[in-house]
Amino acid sequence: MKILVTLKRVVDYNVRVRVKNDGSGVETDGVKMSINPFDEIALEEAIRMKEAGAAEEIVVVAVGSDQCQQQLRTGLAMGADRAILVETQETAGPVQPLTAAEAFLKIIEQEAPSIVLMGKQAIDDDCSQTGQMLAAMWNRPQATFASKVVLNGSSAQVTREVDSGLETIEVDLPAVITVDLRLNEPRFVKLPEIMKAKKKPLDVLALDSLGLSESTDFEMASYEAPPKRGGGKKVESVQALVDELKQRGLL
Amino acid sequence: MTKVLVIAEHDGTQLSVATAKAVKGAEGVGAEKLDLVVFGNDPASVSEQAAKISGVDCVRVVSGEDFAEPLAARMAPEIAKMASDYSHLFVASTTFGRDLMPRVAGLLRLNQVSDVMAVLGPRSFKRPIYAGNAIVTVNVPETVATVLATVRTASFAAAQMTGSATIEALESQASDPGHTRFVGREGSSGEGPDLSSASRVVSGGRALGSADAFKVIYGLANTLGAAVGASRAAVDAGYVPNELQVGQTGKIIAPDLYIAVGISGAIQHLTGIKDAGTIVAINKDSEAPIFEVADLGLVADLFEVVPELEKLISA
Repeated sequence: MKILVTLKRVVDYNVRVRVKNDGSGVETDGVKMSINPFDEIALEEAIRMKEAGAAEEIVVVAVGSDQCQQQLRTGLAMGADRAILVETQETAGPVQPLTAAEAFLKIIEQEAPSIVLMGKQAIDDDCSQTGQMLAAMWNRPQATFASKVVLNGSSAQVTREVDSGLETIEVDLPAVITVDLRLNEPRFVKLPEIMKAKKKPLDVLALDSLGLSESTDFEMASYEAPPKRGGGKKVESVQALVDELKQRGLL
Repeated sequence: MTKVLVIAEHDGTQLSVATAKAVKGAEGVGAEKLDLVVFGNDPASVSEQAAKISGVDCVRVVSGEDFAEPLAARMAPEIAKMASDYSHLFVASTTFGRDLMPRVAGLLRLNQVSDVMAVLGPRSFKRPIYAGNAIVTVNVPETVATVLATVRTASFAAAQMTGSATIEALESQASDPGHTRFVGREGSSGEGPDLSSASRVVSGGRALGSADAFKVIYGLANTLGAAVGASRAAVDAGYVPNELQVGQTGKIIAPDLYIAVGISGAIQHLTGIKDAGTIVAINKDSEAPIFEVADLGLVADLFEVVPELEKLISA
């Protein structure tokens, strides 16, 4: 069984992003970039499936600029076998979910994986769309927000984190599974693995060589910082807190 | 012509409050016609509730055993077939809507606007990115046949329930692909108000230290008639179930009163409470970032002051 894992290069989750002064975007120059944390969890799950003997090969795929090779190399160091970069022109701006899904579909047609594991959302645009779009275009099942995945031969039982609690569905394979935070804790990469990863294959395909162009129909007109919520005051006692709440009509 | 279809969310018996919020958000595009679609096995009662949402013209009902559970793989093809009648499709940005709408978008090969927090015009929206650290204005050009969007429920009040829409039965138009099956659900106890829509919420964090200690949070919440929430740290530590998580990857809420107890205030958590009316923080650490956003802060040991607070409130 082959597993495809998608990796997105995003601003590291520890970085507090700032909107550029001219409102044209957020500041990414000189900012630390990493694998989207949800995608890291997806890759960890794939590696565990392989370690358990349920999968033979893990292919990591990214759609984006040449710089995404860094994140793909990290994925290879974590334990993926091969990497594919679908390269876009950096000038075209952030890759839209529809473009990413179309590119992944092309790679699926070439690779015929049994499972596609993805993060449930990317922490930059927070769209939470690509997995579901891909499943729809592939005409295959989707199991989103997974906190547990059990493989049963030709199907998978997936527990999903939903607003009302946990929901379990069964999907026939091949399927797209998007993962939530509590599925697992990704491993740390050790130095020897980083060295080994340099020798693993990483193919680069231009987006237009797949017959695709970047969808740019949505105009990101302007960016702004969120309205600041000013801190209020501190109270000295529980009684003072209760008095304040009463004064505001909250008790 | 601006014609809007909103997808209703329900649990088989109750229409979700999120649906009325999605309608409120959708109204902002200046709809000449606004319909609601309800999927369900026997959705008669839910459809009647839906017909009461102000602003809705027609509730379109697709019923059948295939729709007994909210499976996106089953509903999305139906919605995609209805899309040509509408200029806009909206759904609440709950796990239901976030699962469903992009599948519709994939079938229609259209981009989607996620988590709309403000409607500036029929094709212009504001949405949060980077966990709410930035807000982007997205313009959808006229060349895009249908605007697909999910509505951030914390940004909109629920529409009134004083309407009287017509109810129309629709035939299912797509066949069940059969590849996705519902197995089961384990949910919240159902005690107390619903976290997503409660007007008061008391949340606990890592500082509680154990599932047992979380009782003080439940106690205070009970006294206040509030829902219980939690930080990601508290959920990860197993103190409370996942559905109580408030924040970027949990629930985004806007209660009138939010009391954060023993929560340091990671940015991911603050994202979930930005729109709360009044934020109260109780924390031992006076430097905790939660105090930067709290309207009222009390630097104290939660185990001492929470029982006292409960006593004073019930007095």
